[in-house]
Amino acid sequence: MYAVVTLLGVSLSIFVILRILPGDPLVAILGVEGHARMTPADRVRIMADLGLSDPLPVQYVRWLGDIAAGRLGKSFFRGDTVADLIAHRGPISAEIGLLALVVSWLVGLPVGILSAFKPNSIPDGVARMLSILFIAIPGFWLGMLIVLGSLFWFGYKSPFIIVHVWEDPWTNFQMVVGPGVVLGLAQGAYIARMSRSCLLEVIGEDFVRTARAKGLKEGIVVMRHALPNALLPVITISGVLLGFVLGGSVAVEQAFGVPGLGRALVIAVIERDIIVVQNLVLLYAVIFVLVNVLVDLSYAWLDPRIRYS
Amino acid sequence: MRELLVEVARFARRNRLAAAGGLVGLSIVLIALTAPWLAPRDPLKADFRRMNKPPDSQSFLGTDQVGRDTLSRVIYGARTSLFVAFSAVLLGTTVGSLWGVACGYLRGRFDLYSQRVMEIMQSFPDLILAMAISMAIGTGLPAVIFAIAITRIPFGGRVIRSVALSVREMPYVEAGRASGASALRIMALHVLPQCVAPYLVLATTHLGVAIVIEAALGFLGVGVPPPTPTWGNMLADSITALVPPWWLAFFPGLAITITVLAFNLFGDGVRDTLDPRLSPAFLRLMTGGRRA
Repeated sequence: MYAVVTLLGVSLSIFVILRILPGDPLVAILGVEGHARMTPADRVRIMADLGLSDPLPVQYVRWLGDIAAGRLGKSFFRGDTVADLIAHRGPISAEIGLLALVVSWLVGLPVGILSAFKPNSIPDGVARMLSILFIAIPGFWLGMLIVLGSLFWFGYKSPFIIVHVWEDPWTNFQMVVGPGVVLGLAQGAYIARMSRSCLLEVIGEDFVRTARAKGLKEGIVVMRHALPNALLPVITISGVLLGFVLGGSVAVEQAFGVPGLGRALVIAVIERDIIVVQNLVLLYAVIFVLVNVLVDLSYAWLDPRIRYS
Repeated sequence: MRELLVEVARFARRNRLAAAGGLVGLSIVLIALTAPWLAPRDPLKADFRRMNKPPDSQSFLGTDQVGRDTLSRVIYGARTSLFVAFSAVLLGTTVGSLWGVACGYLRGRFDLYSQRVMEIMQSFPDLILAMAISMAIGTGLPAVIFAIAITRIPFGGRVIRSVALSVREMPYVEAGRASGASALRIMALHVLPQCVAPYLVLATTHLGVAIVIEAALGFLGVGVPPPTPTWGNMLADSITALVPPWWLAFFPGLAITITVLAFNLFGDGVRDTLDPRLSPAFLRLMTGGRRA
C-alpha cells in the first residue's frame, strides 16, 4: 500500500522536476536558434502536437492514464514510442541486472563465509582488502579498461547491435557478460563485507556456542545454524544495492557500449528528450521500489517471527 | 591543541588503515589546493605539436588528442572533483540533518509527511536522480553540486532523525521544555549538539559516493561541462577516440579510485571511532528502517 503511495509521489516528483524547472521545453528540443526562428503559429502547433499545451495537472493525469494503458508517450526525436524502446532495449538491461545479482551472491557470499570462518587470518585480510578495493573502483572505469584491454590484446570487440537471448544466445551473452560481471563484483564486495560482519555477530551468540558444545562440526555450525540467522541483513543490503546496480548500469552500459536502457536514458538526457527521460526514470524508480517490497516480503518468509498485518 | 594531537595520534594507532586513508585524502586535498603551483602545464592549453603522446619525460602521464598535458589535467581535476564532492556532501548532509532534527523533535504530522517525502527521494537510484535534476536545472558547477546534494538529503534526514528521537526523551530536554524554552531553542541548543558526531560520520562516509557520482555524471556528459578538467570528463573524452590511448583511460580513473578508497577507509575509521553503535543501525537506516 505504501509502495503505491510512494510510486505516485515518485511520478509526481519526476513530473515536477522535468516540467516545471526547465522552463520552455521547445528551447530544449530545438535549441536557442531553432526556437528563435519559429513563428508563433508553429509554436502553438508543435506544443499541441506534443501534448504540452494543456495545463500541467491535465498533462500529469494524462501521463498516468498513458502509463495505465501501456502507451508511455512518444520520443521527441524518434518515431518509436517509449514502450517500443523499453521492449527492445529492456531485456538487455534486465539480463545485465540479473547477471550482476547472481554474480554478486556467487562471489560475495562464499567470500564472506570464508572470512568469517577464520577472522583476521591472511585469507580474511586479502578478502577484506579486495572488497574495499572493489567498492572504491568505479564500475564504468573498470568497464572501460576491460573493453580497451580486450581490444588491445585480443582484438576483441563485443557486439554492439541488440541481439536478444532468444535469437542468438551466444552473441547475446557476449553482450551482457562484461557489464554484468563488473556490476556484480562491486555488489559482491558489499555482500562479502556484510555477510562477514553479520556472521561474526551471530557466531558470538549463545545458540552457536550450544551447537559447538554438542560437538557439531564447525562447518555445520556455520552453515546450518549461523548462516540462516545472518542472512536477513545481507538480503536487505542486496535490495539496497540494486539502486547502485540500476544507477551504475547506466554508466557501465555506456562504458561497454551496450545499447541497453541505460544508454537510451543517457542519450535522452543529452538530447533533452523529456518524455523519454520521464518514463525511463519512472521505470527505474518503480523497479527499485518493487524490489524493496519483495525484500520486505522475503523477511516474513525467512524469519517466521516477522508478520505483516 | 595538544589534546587534539593526542586524539589524532590515538585514532591513528587504533585505525591504521583509516589513518593511511586520511593521510592520502589530505594529500589529495593539498594537491587540489596547490594545483596552480604543482601542475607542470596549463591544463587547458592545447599543443598541436604534441598530440596523443604516451607518457615520456616531457609529460609524465602523456598528452590527449589536442596535446593537453594529462598530469596537469588530473591535478586540476582533483580541484573540481573535490570541490563538487565536498560542497554537495556539506550541503546535502546539512540540509538533511536539520530536517532530521526537526522531524525527530517535532514528530507528529510534520514528521510523517517528511518521512514519506524522504522515502520518495530514496526511491530513485542516486545517479539517475542526479542525472534528471542536472538535466532539469542545466549543466554547470552549481547544478551538479545541487543535483548530488539532493541525493544526500534523505540519508542525513533519516540518521539524524533517529538521533533526535532518542535525545528528545532525555531528562535535560524535558527540563528545558518544563522551563518554557521554545521548540526552536531546544532544537538548536540541546538537540543539535548531540547530532554532531553522527553528522561527521555521515559526511565522511558519503564523500566517496559523491566523488563517484560526480565522475559518473562527467563520464556520461551531463556533469560539469568541458573544457573544465574533471576526472569524469577526461574519461569521457578518452573514449571518443577510435582506439583510445591507454594513458587517457587509465590515469583519471586511477585518481578516482585512489581518492574514493582513501575517503572510504577514513570514513570507516571515523564511524568506528565516533559511533560504534551506528554501524549496523546505519545500514538498517539506509534501507529506510523497513526492517520490522
